[in-house]
Amino acid sequence: MNNKVIIIGAGPAGLSAAITLAEKNIAVLVIDEYLYAGGRLLGQLYEEKPGTWWNGIVESERLLERAKSLEVEFLLQTSVSDLEKVDQTWLIHTTKGIFRTRHLLLATGAAESPFPIPGWTLPGVMSVGAAQVMTNVHRVKPGKRGVIIGVNVLSSAIAMELQLAGVQVAAITLPHANLLTKGNSNPLEVMNSLLHVAHMAPSPLVKIGSKLMKNDFMKKLGINFYPKNGVKMWDIPIMLRKAVVEIVGKDEVEGVILATINTDGSIVKGSEKRIKADFVCIAGGLYPLAELASLAGCPFHYIEQLGGFIPLHNEQMETNLEGLYVAGNITGIEGAKVALAQGKVAALTISQRLNAGASQHDIKLAIQDVEKTRATAHIQFHPDILAGRQQMKQIWAESVVPLATH
Amino acid sequence: MTERIMSHPVLGNLILKEKVTFTFDEQVFEGYEGESLAAALLAQGIRTLRLHEETGQPRGIYCNIGHCFECRVNVNGLEGERACLTPISDGMVVKSGQTLPTSVRDWRKNLEQ
Ligand SMILES: Cc1cc2nc3c(=O)[nH]c(=O)nc-3n(C[C@H](O)[C@H](O)[C@H](O)COP(=O)(O)OP(=O)(O)OC[C@H]3O[C@@H](n4cnc5c(N)ncnc54)[C@H](O)[C@@H]3O)c2cc1C
Ligand code: FES
Repeated sequence: MNNKVIIIGAGPAGLSAAITLAEKNIAVLVIDEYLYAGGRLLGQLYEEKPGTWWNGIVESERLLERAKSLEVEFLLQTSVSDLEKVDQTWLIHTTKGIFRTRHLLLATGAAESPFPIPGWTLPGVMSVGAAQVMTNVHRVKPGKRGVIIGVNVLSSAIAMELQLAGVQVAAITLPHANLLTKGNSNPLEVMNSLLHVAHMAPSPLVKIGSKLMKNDFMKKLGINFYPKNGVKMWDIPIMLRKAVVEIVGKDEVEGVILATINTDGSIVKGSEKRIKADFVCIAGGLYPLAELASLAGCPFHYIEQLGGFIPLHNEQMETNLEGLYVAGNITGIEGAKVALAQGKVAALTISQRLNAGASQHDIKLAIQDVEKTRATAHIQFHPDILAGRQQMKQIWAESVVPLATH
Repeated sequence: MTERIMSHPVLGNLILKEKVTFTFDEQVFEGYEGESLAAALLAQGIRTLRLHEETGQPRGIYCNIGHCFECRVNVNGLEGERACLTPISDGMVVKSGQTLPTSVRDWRKNLEQ
């Protein structure tokens, strides 16, 4: 078992790495705690071009079949809780025992940040990703009528997916401003970030609008004249001038209290109104799920454009710990296609280490492919993702860490 | 009551696996082999999976992908299992989490009265 490469995470990054390694005749074991392989790709569903859909379930199945045909081993429904290094070997502690490898790839993806709002522990309140998975993967409606709190790329995309499945979205609104919702509750900042999803909207009006708003003055104008009941995107009112101040219900969600807010995020007194809903989604954005890298001893750097604290790594997807690699959203929040491309880079780097026939040139081409994929990505979680990637590259170069061996 | 999405304009018709039965707090429920416990219960209108250990407030799923542990239940005698990651199987016995005794707090409360 010692010669096998182990990958934690069967999302797009892990699957593509597994396939690339297996194509080079390297034995691979993929460990994942979810019910099925595919990671967060499973729930994804959007129209790339008119009539062409990115269907995460189909993509996941395709990847899984390819991996299985190359004899990649899968251990699903298995959670990893700790990593240890003894001599040259990584010890992986899981709910199904300890596994060992010299080459370990962490492809654990991302998690959603919540924002606490009064009433948010009521059954029926869930993260927006939870509603996506319930709807597209399990095919169970999260409820009849929902309110989404948090206006961002992910919540806009998922609102559309809910509607496609026949689930009513009463509104997408902001959270009420408090210390923990900063940025997410300021209409101007949110409007700024929304300009980057506008291209996903089918309505030519919204698209033209987003071009007009690319300068600051127009943005301020846009907010001040922003209709209090919102504009409609995919027929769902997006309410940048309303905020949810409380989620209400006795034993389950029964509705939310909505208030009108000023452009600075403060509440217009007396404007509170109660609207009905049987589920509420909280959309606080994504951050890299990197606990395992932290347990392994990786140094971390906070890079806003990448979504939070990122384990130090280079373009070849190596960390500064020998035999430990990273790929996918653990290195920064981006779409599934970038994760796929990064998985390939990591796998080629590992095969080079194993002398299994990957040249520096192969790796370079794979890195270029990541860059190309990034440049043409349909979904961009941060408009300045490139600057974030650049920053990590620089930190790596400056820290000039000789490979740590312990 | 929520419902299953039987047909979907892009994802197509729902292909259901074999029907199984399981119990949740002694009540019998149906579901489909291998689907998540959280999904099977929600499809039958059950959102509350446990009561908070201390306050007794109801709790249900939050993240639905194994990160938050809000959905923890007792499955076949095992405590702390995540309903969103647990595939159901025939004859499975599930129990919701209940309030636990808080003896020190209760003792103090009684003392203050
Ligand atoms: C809720 C949610 C919704 C998203 N929706 C979209 C979307 O609609 N469109 C889009 O482009 N991007 C979306 N993303 C971004 C998404 O992260 C990327 O598109 C892509 O899936 C990242 O791939 P990955 O392989 O890095 O990680 P993931 O796809 O997240 O896969 C990581 C895998 O690792 C497993 N794992 C993590 N920790 C452990 C552990 N300790 N033990 C065992 N297994 C573990 C997980 O179960 C998971 O299967 C979403 C992300 C989240 C969190
Ligand atoms: S709902 Fe978060 S772990 Fe199950």
